[in-house]
Amino acid sequence: MRQKVRQQLPKQRIKNFNEVSQGLSEEQAIAEAKRCLQCKQPKCIDGCPIGIDIPAFISFILQGRRREALWKIKEKNNLPAICGRVCPQEDQCEKLCLLNKKNVPINIGALERYAADCELDKSSVVSPRLAGECLMRKSEVRDSKVAIAGSGPAGLTTAADLAKIGYSVLLFESLHIAGGVLSYGIPEFRLPKVIVHKELEYIESLGVRLDTDVLIGRTLTLSDLFAQGVQAIFLAVGAGLPQFLAIPGENLGCVYSANEFLTRINLMKAYRFPEYATPINIGSRVAVIGGGNVAFDCARVAIRLGRQTQLVYRRTEKEMPARREEIENAKSEGLPFRLLTQPIKILSDKDGFVCGLECIKMELGAPDDSGRRRPVPVQNSNFVLDVDTVIVAVGQKPNPLLAKVTPNLKINPNGTIWVDENLMTSISGVFAGGDIITGADTVISAMGAGKKAAVEIDRYVRKLL
Amino acid sequence: MFKITNKERLAKDITKIVVEAPLIAKKAKAGQFVVVINDDKGERIPLTMADWDRQRGIITLILQDVGFTTHKLAAREIGNCIAHILGPLGHATEIKKLGQVICIGGGVGIAEILPVAGAFKQAGNDVVSIIGARNKELLILEEEMRAVCNELYITTDDGSYGRKGFVTELLKEILDGKTDKRANRQTHLIYAVGPIVMMRAVSDLTRPFRIKTIVSLNTIMVDATGMCGSCRCSVGDQAKFACVDGPDFDGHLVNFQELGKRVNQFKAQEQIIRDTL
Ligand SMILES: Cc1cc2nc3c(=O)[nH]c(=O)nc-3n(C[C@H](O)[C@H](O)[C@H](O)COP(=O)(O)OP(=O)(O)OC[C@H]3O[C@@H](n4cnc5c(N)ncnc54)[C@H](O)[C@@H]3O)c2cc1C
Ligand SMILES: Cc1cc2nc3c(=O)[nH]c(=O)nc-3n(C[C@H](O)[C@H](O)[C@H](O)COP(=O)(O)OP(=O)(O)OC[C@H]3O[C@@H](n4cnc5c(N)ncnc54)[C@H](O)[C@@H]3O)c2cc1C
Ligand code: FES
Repeated sequence: MRQKVRQQLPKQRIKNFNEVSQGLSEEQAIAEAKRCLQCKQPKCIDGCPIGIDIPAFISFILQGRRREALWKIKEKNNLPAICGRVCPQEDQCEKLCLLNKKNVPINIGALERYAADCELDKSSVVSPRLAGECLMRKSEVRDSKVAIAGSGPAGLTTAADLAKIGYSVLLFESLHIAGGVLSYGIPEFRLPKVIVHKELEYIESLGVRLDTDVLIGRTLTLSDLFAQGVQAIFLAVGAGLPQFLAIPGENLGCVYSANEFLTRINLMKAYRFPEYATPINIGSRVAVIGGGNVAFDCARVAIRLGRQTQLVYRRTEKEMPARREEIENAKSEGLPFRLLTQPIKILSDKDGFVCGLECIKMELGAPDDSGRRRPVPVQNSNFVLDVDTVIVAVGQKPNPLLAKVTPNLKINPNGTIWVDENLMTSISGVFAGGDIITGADTVISAMGAGKKAAVEIDRYVRKLL
Repeated sequence: MFKITNKERLAKDITKIVVEAPLIAKKAKAGQFVVVINDDKGERIPLTMADWDRQRGIITLILQDVGFTTHKLAAREIGNCIAHILGPLGHATEIKKLGQVICIGGGVGIAEILPVAGAFKQAGNDVVSIIGARNKELLILEEEMRAVCNELYITTDDGSYGRKGFVTELLKEILDGKTDKRANRQTHLIYAVGPIVMMRAVSDLTRPFRIKTIVSLNTIMVDATGMCGSCRCSVGDQAKFACVDGPDFDGHLVNFQELGKRVNQFKAQEQIIRDTL
């Protein structure tokens, strides 16, 4: 039997921002680890974008050696407590697990989290073996400086990997708190900020120098960094540009982009206003537009703030890109879905605030580029949803700011930064990775890019020595 | 941490603070702003840099006490530290040698036009400025403005100092060629910062004269790096983010009515937190 993680009950959790999932108990973890077939040629590893030795860490758990399990994971993954919580395992490792043929894959995500959480109330350390390796390699690159722009999962991963092999790493973040989407986007009840904080502490303990309140391109330019003796730069500035629907009424009061809504709540703690000074103005009936992780996060925040909330999505549940677990969690929290529904206009009251959302019904037509069936409008099916707050969660695009102020940085037509196969941009010594080169993606793929960037940067700098 | 090295009350409710921020000072340009977070529970608010000194690594902020955060900031003392300052943000004002430039500042907006007027002057323009306030006590930076302008006009709503009336009335006289010194002189650019109603009135006035009019929009902001869209505004038929696309925009294209409504979005919450002071 696949072990189910313990959860806060829906009735209770919709009234607080505490973490929904409570993880596996020790007995559960061992029972789950016992189910692992320890395949000779494990498929799960192929499904992991950063190639964690999954059967090896599971076998440590089985032997009750939780810390060693964690060290095993940390050989590849600098942020295990985070990945265990937010990775879409069902599309990655667990999808390729042999037991998935019978629909009962090993709960790899929960086991990763179980291993990682053993350090939650202690200081994080690298394994003795890794520490030894790092020391050996330290000498050659000790005087080499690398700068990183952006402290999301991509930037953090590169920073940690380069620091481990001895580089002096300067990590810059424009916001006042590091972590990227992990801090400003994903809510507390899915990823507690103490965990992000903990992982940041670990990365600083490796010697990485973190500077917040620095907007690369404005506070310091790439040329400034090179002039300060930096030998390579990694751009990991993410896909933070919110998309809107371009429908009438989008600039009314109480219409938020998902990013504004989540930033006010998560980063600025508006849910604790006025103890925290940042306000948020939400009516009593909220519509969230979209079907991805971001939309679900917004909707579940609104529910926790006691608002009557519904999700408006133009396709069907099957096409929703959100993590399966979160869709199920949201359902049990009572979130209604308005499927095959496309908003076309936001209605205004006399003061310029939302007083309704006009929508049109959709039906599924032929498949589009993404392979999902394209929704097409049903003529004369307009109707108005009685809502007073609208949150638009229809995607984010690459952050354009750095590109705009950096001459010679080549940008692709879709706004991503152009890179070659070694993640080098059009400027020599400047690398890029994560959502800024792929568009909005996942934590683990950003980390994958971060790992690759660390290898490429190391190779590049050694050539200069 | 950003240490306050100097502080001065310029008028009732208007305070100048000078802060150590060497990296920002090094890059500052006229028309740019910073985001300030007073303390760890504070909100992010945008403030224009009124002045800076690259050598000494300091920037000057001039703020009007209109609510919770500006009040808290104005109450900080010399030697205190401000938790966070990010900048410089936004595009710098486009400074070129054009001929005659008229800079108009209303209320605390005078602090925002000061560096811009100075930069236009330095670029070789003939700079005329009109500054206005509700009354004499509220008028700031007269001397500083005089030092960077070829001519300076002053208005107060109640006539307690300078000309009685609004800045727009004086502007109209200049554009109509009624002030003797300015007769038959062409104006090449107008730069206006102040309350929304003022910027709107200036833009409406200059439209028939077809004089390019730039305004600096005080939208509500959060990150101020282009990530949230809180600062969105309509300019012509385009949606713009004031923090990264602005804050300067063509006043003839700005939808001021929408802007006026958007800055009132949090009125109720602002009152709640002000009551905690
Ligand atoms: C609400 C939400 C929920 C999500 N849920 C999941 C999930 O459950 N599972 C999952 O796998 N993925 C999820 N994702 C996607 C995932 O978070 C991203 O793919 C990932 O964070 C991308 O990492 P990154 O390092 O490329 O960029 P980001 O995490 O976006 O970090 C970029 C950082 O760079 C900073 N920055 C930008 N410009 C500059 C500059 N010029 N100078 C300095 N700093 C700069 C930004 O402030 C930001 O902190 C979610 C995303 C959102 C928004
Ligand atoms: C680019 C930019 C530059 C600015 N430069 C300066 C400056 O140099 N000096 C200065 O005193 N102010 C400046 N402002 C305005 C300043 O940011 C606001 O006055 C401040 O955020 C108010 O915060 P509060 O908590 O004190 O007041 P709140 O209680 O939040 O607001 C009080 C009143 O001010 C209005 N308000 C709130 N936020 C803003 C805002 N961002 N812009 C305009 N009105 C607002 C509200 O509608 C309300 O009526 C600037 C704004 C922008 C966008
Ligand atoms: S303030 Fe967030 S995008 Fe402009």
